Amino acid sequence: MILLNQVVQGILLGGYYALIACGLSFMFGVMRIINLAHGSIAVLAAYLVWMVAEHWNLSPFLALVAVIPVMAAAGWLLQRTVLDRSLRSGALTPLLSTFGLAVMLDNSLFEKFGADTHSLAPDIGDLAFNSWNFGDVTIGQLALLTFGVAIALLGGLQIFLNRTPLGRAIRATADDPDTAELVGIDSRKVYAAAAAIAIATVAIAGTFLGMRATFDPYTGPAQLIFAFEAIVIGGAGSLWGTLIGGVVLGVAQNLGSQVSPRGFLIAGHAVFFIVLAGRFVLAGRDPRTLLRVLRKAPA
Amino acid sequence: MSLLAVEGLDARHGLLQAVRGVSFSVSEGEILALVGANGAGKTTLLRSVSGAHRATAGRVLFDGTDVSAIRASGRVRMGIALVPEGRRLFAGMTVEENLMVAGQTRRPGPWNLDTVVEAFPMLRPHLRRRSGDLSGGQQQATAIGRALMTNPRVLLLDEVSLGLSPVAVNAVYESLKTVIAGGATIVVVEQDLSRALRIATRVACMLEGRIVLEGNASEMTRERVTEAYFGLRRPDAGSAAS
Repeated sequence: MILLNQVVQGILLGGYYALIACGLSFMFGVMRIINLAHGSIAVLAAYLVWMVAEHWNLSPFLALVAVIPVMAAAGWLLQRTVLDRSLRSGALTPLLSTFGLAVMLDNSLFEKFGADTHSLAPDIGDLAFNSWNFGDVTIGQLALLTFGVAIALLGGLQIFLNRTPLGRAIRATADDPDTAELVGIDSRKVYAAAAAIAIATVAIAGTFLGMRATFDPYTGPAQLIFAFEAIVIGGAGSLWGTLIGGVVLGVAQNLGSQVSPRGFLIAGHAVFFIVLAGRFVLAGRDPRTLLRVLRKAPA
Repeated sequence: MSLLAVEGLDARHGLLQAVRGVSFSVSEGEILALVGANGAGKTTLLRSVSGAHRATAGRVLFDGTDVSAIRASGRVRMGIALVPEGRRLFAGMTVEENLMVAGQTRRPGPWNLDTVVEAFPMLRPHLRRRSGDLSGGQQQATAIGRALMTNPRVLLLDEVSLGLSPVAVNAVYESLKTVIAGGATIVVVEQDLSRALRIATRVACMLEGRIVLEGNASEMTRERVTEAYFGLRRPDAGSAAS
């Protein structure tokens, strides 16, 4: 039964990973950008929600409603000012520019809020720790809510992409931006809209990060790693794949923690590398070639 | 006044100059066939007119307005639509979605999902199929239909028959007759000389990035075009437009 409980906890944790990975997957799927500032932006959103909640004495859920449009506008601005230019300069430039953005955000948050940890858990009352027990299986209310929000968000995005004109324009642009231009779609505007949506989802993820744990200015990079692992396991750019990837990562981590206290992280990373190696093999690329390249001493 | 006028257009692919000072014009309701051997610069010229390829010199005038600095999407909203070489459909989307996404430009005109399917009846049973799963002829019909959904005033068709079986080419051209009968203005790049001469009102032959022969299709003999096509004949001072 302990094992079953760990699997259930892993599935619920996977909901959080899917939530945090959703924006990263969406951005990669549409613009082929791996946003290295993703985790830092999630932490920024957590701070914004915390500030609004503290200042106006609001529930974090209400504060999130105010923060989402701000983050969406920031996403739009980020695309038009930084990412759009980066995309035109080759594949490496968006990586470098978002890495730079992450460094800037982390240190700006440190400058503003210091190294103290914060949490939104005190603002949500019993929801932070209440749970239902079914024998040896425990289901946390916040964890279940997080999982439900992840499914609702991913499902909502899928419906939006399939059923709305903007969704179709985003899919067409993701498929072939040059041809999308030939049917009257301004790819710059579509990219900006997609970035706004992606960053708005990061605001939701950042709020749940703040509710389920503590955060500080340097929490972002770890969130980025989990989000990245989830989308690689589930298939980059696939929304439902992101949920599956998150669940696989969460279950692997929880089962790993049963083997050893360090097993939590190691098991997650191991699954990530196994899937990555599998993808190399399926794509017809021999991972040994990669290893030989990595081992080769510089001249 | 010409609906579409190209003046001294240059276009490059890196160091290679693919289009050299090309000028031509198309009036409303006219069908201009651009012919020429592979590498003559026809596709680059068409892509430059549509805005898909950046011209290095010259101007593109549409209904008297210089559109040279306008992006491809802006030119589509003004009424210039390109059916690109190789169809370039959104393979993960259904035929209906491919058509609908182009219809979002909301330009007024006769073309909508119903009229496109009426003109290309071969698409009707496949509207819900992924466009990547269709045959070449069905894909070409979808690509033309997608361009029509933007209700263009000028339709640029690049290599309609490329890679299609003769049966599929006939079917696509049969459907195109409906479009032509509606008084469409078309610039078509076509390798099949006989077909180009049959549908066009005017023919221009390109060689090494220049138009070396231009004239009314009714006055153009197959031999004359073939000579220009292979560069066997020096350009006429009167008929060459470049």
